[in-house]
Amino acid sequence: MTRVLKMALVVAFGALLAGCPKKPTTVPSADSKSAVSQASTAGVSGDATGRGRGLAEATPMGDTNVTVQSIIHFDYDSSAIKPEYTAVITSQAKRLAANRTLKLRLEGHTDERGSSEYNIGLGERRAQAVKRALMLEGVAEAQLATVSFGAERPVADGHSEAAWSQNRRVELVDAGR
Amino acid sequence: MHSFNGRPGSISALTLGLLLLVGLLSSPAWGDSELTIQITRGTAAGIPVAIVPFAGMGPLPVDVASVVEADLARSGRFQTLPRKDMPQQPTTAAGIDASQWRILKTDYVTIGRLVPNGAGLAVEFEVVNVLTGQRLLGYSIPTTTETLRLAGHRVADMIYEKILGIPGAFATRIAYVSIEGPPKTRHWRLVVADADGENARVILDAPEPIMSPAWSPDGTRLAYVSFEGRNPAVFVQTLVTGARERVSGRAGINGAPAWSPDGRKLAITLSQPDGNLDVFLLDLDSRQLTRITEDPAIDTEPCFSVDGQSLYFTSDRAGRPQIYRIGLAGGKPTRVTFEGAYNARARIAPDGKSLAVVTQDQGAYRIALVDVDSGRSRVLTSGSLDIAPSFAPNGQNVMYSSREGGRAGLATVSVDGSVATRINGRAGEVRDPAWSPKL
Repeated sequence: MTRVLKMALVVAFGALLAGCPKKPTTVPSADSKSAVSQASTAGVSGDATGRGRGLAEATPMGDTNVTVQSIIHFDYDSSAIKPEYTAVITSQAKRLAANRTLKLRLEGHTDERGSSEYNIGLGERRAQAVKRALMLEGVAEAQLATVSFGAERPVADGHSEAAWSQNRRVELVDAGR
Repeated sequence: MHSFNGRPGSISALTLGLLLLVGLLSSPAWGDSELTIQITRGTAAGIPVAIVPFAGMGPLPVDVASVVEADLARSGRFQTLPRKDMPQQPTTAAGIDASQWRILKTDYVTIGRLVPNGAGLAVEFEVVNVLTGQRLLGYSIPTTTETLRLAGHRVADMIYEKILGIPGAFATRIAYVSIEGPPKTRHWRLVVADADGENARVILDAPEPIMSPAWSPDGTRLAYVSFEGRNPAVFVQTLVTGARERVSGRAGINGAPAWSPDGRKLAITLSQPDGNLDVFLLDLDSRQLTRITEDPAIDTEPCFSVDGQSLYFTSDRAGRPQIYRIGLAGGKPTRVTFEGAYNARARIAPDGKSLAVVTQDQGAYRIALVDVDSGRSRVLTSGSLDIAPSFAPNGQNVMYSSREGGRAGLATVSVDGSVATRINGRAGEVRDPAWSPKL
């Protein structure tokens, strides 16, 4: 391949990268047979990958005027909600029951130990445990979504029980109205 | 290509195209040598060989003989003679003075030349048994200056197979996930590199987790899980074009893709609204889904049997995770692993006789080899967190993720446990290795 042609291709890819975030990213419906376009593939390296869609970060709960704790920690290999987190469940449930337009995303996490995809299952089990507890307190299922990151998104970077205990958690993230 | 003794051995046009196009997609910030490989355990009983520097056509970007030598040395099956100890540096088989090499207790001498070949060049090489004087191999491999390393890996594969009687796995590639940055601003990259860590190319770059890369049986596509959009989905990406499809993006979990041997289906893990994980079969043409497991436990990490008729998978239906096998035609799963409280993430050996699994061993997570028929288990590694095993296509080695000193790198171990290597990334962590099929 000539140097000129290589340069042309590099420029063309650059243009795709630059152009992508300006376009609304079309996400194919679930199991769509249509190929995700080249531009979307390139777009992954930009920031149009979800953080811009209002799903990514917990937003300040300005209108409620209260601080509600939003992380529940778990014991090793367990999805049981410990008694000290009953108050967290209750206060979150009250807030959600009072405003049916509020939605929570329950993000389940594990520590780094064990097989990655199996840990995705364990994280989901934790998120589901929190979901059931909130529903028992009167929250509508439609207000709750779960996702599991397994061991992929630790908050603590260490490799001892001190870090692991922080990483075994479900984060209750406001997901908009 | 012309072969000195009539056997085919040319580099496929497909592989060449792959290298060129993936190269164009690469991030300019990435150098060619992203990983460093260290032999951490080896046998003293390697077969003594000498790879004499190949005669050149002037300065070339790659020292082909050193690529061959590094491959053979890294396998642990050969002891390579340092260049400074070589009694002569012949460039033809006729120039080899066998007696001089026999004194050094070298069994095999490889010599070679780079010669013009049309618009490109060719690597000619010959292997001589200096004990018998017999010429074992003589080949010419057409190549280009851009694919000289690959040509070297081909030479190493041919020497390995001729002397050991087992196909080599040097001219292969690996896919892995590279993670950089502190938890808050972490960054994930899906990387494809040569099996020796060279020619690393980023094929996907995301601010959300990437997991579980899996090579299609023909080596042209990768399936993987990406959390872009903050929900996991299974993608299939064609390496040559970079084009990809989201093949499963249902609500809930979409994970653990495994290719059927014919490359037409993926076994994947999906979750129900109640969060229960089961294994499904996804036909890539029709997009038809078939349920394979049905149990309230976690069923995940499927892996096809060699004949494609059944799946191995991880399930904690008995309390802790163990490996089970289920026929695709239905029926009850049978449990495969019984030794140890934790066995997960099975990968089948190319001969179908054993599984590499993650097992709990003395409080640590390690790679074990499980005999499929007897269920007997043998722990191969000694790390604290060894996970994600992947077989070399010749079945001789297993690559896996290994945490050592707080850092996740890759490692390999031979299936007899005698040879081990450690592969570290230049920066950050590397994990989730997937060894390509023979390319």
